[in-house]
Amino acid sequence: MAVVDTPAEKRSGFFTGLADREEILAPAFLAPAVAYIILLVGVPVTLAIAFSVTDVTVGDTSLDFVGLANFRAVFQTPQFRRALVNSVVFTIAAQVIVIILANVLAVILAEDFRGKWLARFLIILPWATPISLGTIGWLWMLDSTLSPLDWVMVQLGLLGPGSLFGPSDHMNFLGKEFLAMASVTLVHIWRVLPLATVILVAGLTSIPNDLIDQAKVDGGSFMRILFRIKLPLILPIMAIALLFGIVFTFTDMTVVYVLTRGGPVYYTQVLPVWSFYTGINGGALAQGAAIALFLFPVLLAVAILMLQMARRMEVN
Amino acid sequence: MRNFRRALRRLPLYVGVSLFCFVYSFPFLWMVITTFKQDRDLYRLEGNPFLYNQPPTLDNIRLLFERTNYATFLNNSAVVGVVVVLITLVIAIPAGYSLARLAGRWGERAGILIFLVYLVPPTLLFIPLFRIVVTLGLQNTIWSLIVVYPTMTIPFSTWLLMGFFKSIPRELEEAALVDGYSRLAAFRRVILPLSMSGITAVIVFTFTLTLHEFIYALTFISSSAQRTISVGIPTELIRGDVFYWQSLVAAAVIVAIPVGIIYNLFLDRLVEGFTMGALKG
Repeated sequence: MAVVDTPAEKRSGFFTGLADREEILAPAFLAPAVAYIILLVGVPVTLAIAFSVTDVTVGDTSLDFVGLANFRAVFQTPQFRRALVNSVVFTIAAQVIVIILANVLAVILAEDFRGKWLARFLIILPWATPISLGTIGWLWMLDSTLSPLDWVMVQLGLLGPGSLFGPSDHMNFLGKEFLAMASVTLVHIWRVLPLATVILVAGLTSIPNDLIDQAKVDGGSFMRILFRIKLPLILPIMAIALLFGIVFTFTDMTVVYVLTRGGPVYYTQVLPVWSFYTGINGGALAQGAAIALFLFPVLLAVAILMLQMARRMEVN
Repeated sequence: MRNFRRALRRLPLYVGVSLFCFVYSFPFLWMVITTFKQDRDLYRLEGNPFLYNQPPTLDNIRLLFERTNYATFLNNSAVVGVVVVLITLVIAIPAGYSLARLAGRWGERAGILIFLVYLVPPTLLFIPLFRIVVTLGLQNTIWSLIVVYPTMTIPFSTWLLMGFFKSIPRELEEAALVDGYSRLAAFRRVILPLSMSGITAVIVFTFTLTLHEFIYALTFISSSAQRTISVGIPTELIRGDVFYWQSLVAAAVIVAIPVGIIYNLFLDRLVEGFTMGALKG
């Protein structure tokens, strides 16, 4: 019989011996990820809180404790108060519409039909595209003089002299308070809807077929099966989609920054953009950090809810 | 006849879906139409804006590559993306394996905690990270992004890979261990080759996330030559109030469409990650 050389990996040496002990290998494998997260997430979170109670600026980086002075100062500006309200309003308005539309779309996309891959591709596109580039598309769609929507509305007789929306030939979507707010909300909906939809489709297709078949045998109508069986079953998945939507909309700065820069005046200002303007453009790092911290309660609530859901799944 | 009636019954579905998809992806269609328009055509207010009233042109794309920093932005984004993917793989693969196989009961909990880090948004961290980047002397270089982006990509990738490693039967490794392989060798020889589809999904996800990122790139970098596409296009190609609309939207769709196609191919795997494994079992 030929002597087969043992492969190098099979020889046990000092290091491979150590690596075979799970109580050593497990932390060793995990350590780099934990170190990265502590250094570049944990430390900055701590710094963000520290900054918010000091007088640090871009010019003067020493940390002198000032208590809640920054919070008081930012609260006194109308821009901040408007940003706080807007962030909440945009998030709630967008998520309500997203969850309704996503359910309708998901029920349709869970069916089999020809050309489904194309429909799925077109629907996912706004989520897959870098959001700043997608928003450029909307900036162009809603342009003050060249918007194609203006042209369509003029053709339909909705815009122009003596029509429903006034004598001008242009809506100027981003130049009026309500329309600009509606536009920002619309772009948020456009962007988050694909994610919610695909999550719900995954939920619907995971429902066991025999459950549905049984309900059909029992004479359940399409609507009855949908509302009595399918939707209750995917409720946890719907909650997950909603929580992600809240985080992605509430903490986003790109849509407002590219679309309106917070304007007209500061009517579409949101917390992340105002934090950027104050902290980076204005150089007041401490106040910028204080503004961003107003995102924290919502994030904490979402994290707690997610943990609870994860625990419930563990039990199941 | 029965087929015909069935098709007729499905007609509202097809009409509805087509209409929705048309409206929904219209901004992209409008960008594609605009890309090839001549100035005279674009700025003419009368006439149907959806048609080419003048012959289409490639001048706008030429201008984009010859007279702007677009090629530089693309190059920077590619470098950042590739390096961040490598860092993410080196750190997330062992971490995911550790949580899936080695860590036992607390592995699951630790996995959820790491996943929650993904929910900590850049908008909360960008100011302190800006200070850190300045202290490290990385300001105004793409290295600042290369160092910071893994904070977003490692948590989600670790989570995805953990789920993936769990789906591989334990017996395969155990058989390798019985054969005399070390744990490391079993991981490298048996588990990694079986995980290629999961790893590919992580690569796609990580790369697209680096393309998407906006606020760090806006905060850390102010020189044009170091910008990436997500910030370079909206800030540099809009000069004051002058918009080179055709080139601007061309810059956007040239990136958007390929990314959309690739993302779509790996969608199911990403959804598995987002649903936190709630759909399995």
